Amino acid sequence: MIADLRRCVGCQTCTAACKHTNATPPEVQWRRVLDMEVGQYPDVKRVFVPVGCMHCAEPPCMHVCPSTATRKRADGIVTIDYDLCIGCSYCAVACPYQARYKTDVAEFAYGKAMPSEAIRHDEKRLGVATKCTFCSDRVDAGLEKGLKPGVDHEATPACVNSCIAQALHFGDIEDPQSNVSQLLAENRHFRMHEELGTEPGFYYLWDKKEVAA
Amino acid sequence: MSFGPRPWQQTNWDWRAAGNFMLGGTGAGLMIGLALAQNQSAYPVILAALLVAGGLGTVWLEIGRKLRAIHVFFNPQTSWMTRESFAAMLFFIFSSIEIFFHSTAALGAAALAALAFVYCQARILRGAKGIPAWRAPQVVALIVTTSLAEGTGLLMLMNLEVLAVSLFIAAVIARAIAWSGYRAALKQPASRAALESAGKALIQIGTIAPLALVLGAYFVPQAALLAGIAAILTGWWFKYVLVTRAAFNQGFSLEHLPAR
Repeated sequence: MIADLRRCVGCQTCTAACKHTNATPPEVQWRRVLDMEVGQYPDVKRVFVPVGCMHCAEPPCMHVCPSTATRKRADGIVTIDYDLCIGCSYCAVACPYQARYKTDVAEFAYGKAMPSEAIRHDEKRLGVATKCTFCSDRVDAGLEKGLKPGVDHEATPACVNSCIAQALHFGDIEDPQSNVSQLLAENRHFRMHEELGTEPGFYYLWDKKEVAA
Repeated sequence: MSFGPRPWQQTNWDWRAAGNFMLGGTGAGLMIGLALAQNQSAYPVILAALLVAGGLGTVWLEIGRKLRAIHVFFNPQTSWMTRESFAAMLFFIFSSIEIFFHSTAALGAAALAALAFVYCQARILRGAKGIPAWRAPQVVALIVTTSLAEGTGLLMLMNLEVLAVSLFIAAVIARAIAWSGYRAALKQPASRAALESAGKALIQIGTIAPLALVLGAYFVPQAALLAGIAAILTGWWFKYVLVTRAAFNQGFSLEHLPAR
């Protein structure tokens, strides 16, 4: 996944779309957007930074997990098996991106479950670790229909589909012709906390690459 | 460059997780001390096993799906938590053999399992990449020596012999050196501040005072009891603070600001 920091306006539509799609309880935001203020008056900049699970190539959460509930799929998406997870939270302290949540008791926006919340409430998610899945169900369903993740909406994560500024992009980084590979080739980018060796699968674009004369 | 929200204290692990490091560490240290002192009395071995079991019991209270605790054994390939569980299992098996058959070999094996157990505990912290104060390599020596200081302190409380006292002296000095190395490596200001008073207590009340009291025990034997208690309590307090108050994450950071 790619977040273009020049484009993100901090509208939190991706956060709302994620909550709507994944029915996460209050206080749990698998996709969130940080509102950072940098510098000192009068030289101050405001930056909006989408964060969440970085789906690392070397996920520390997976290595520490004692139950093998956390796994990495062949396509790089890091998943959690709610039937295996014991809720020890070791993955949560191992994640340098604060992407994991554990909810021990059912919580609803207004205390009591609204009809929509009651329908989508999943007991399996209580007492276990949860996090962004890159909408893997949606991606898989789209692939089965022959659609292309990142290009066809039905095969693309909800946060990317909902982004009003086209700041978020999703695709296959191993395909040099994919939308994300093209964006990385054309722009200067970085990954967060790279020094930890986690090899995040989430890239931030921050400037255009200079074209050689 | 770091522009993100300031680091904040993790809230995933609380006193229940800390309890495992405190009780389990002391129990493992006691078993190692018993083996080194060739002490085959049943009661200290039972106490060591109870402490380790108590520690595992407190951490069991923390997990979200208690009835699935057996799943903790599923990932010995990479998880130090799984390896800790296997070490604990071996520890209980060999401790039981020692208790019922008074076997010197079983005592030695139990001590090795205890060493593996406390090493795994240290590596659990070291493996938590999200917490700079835990992932420092120096945390391994600190956790292992803290366990030894607490365990030999407890051994000295039960059995005031020259060998036990010698082990205790060596362990508290090793712990002080390990703390010094760890402190030098700890860069995060919030964690340093949180550990400052517990670290001072570790040196002043947990090292200097016990060494003085052990010397005093030459004249008043009961002074050694105070020394052992001081070493145990300061070790426990230190680990409690390390897990619940000094465990700040590193926040978020941006290598570059967006060009506009």
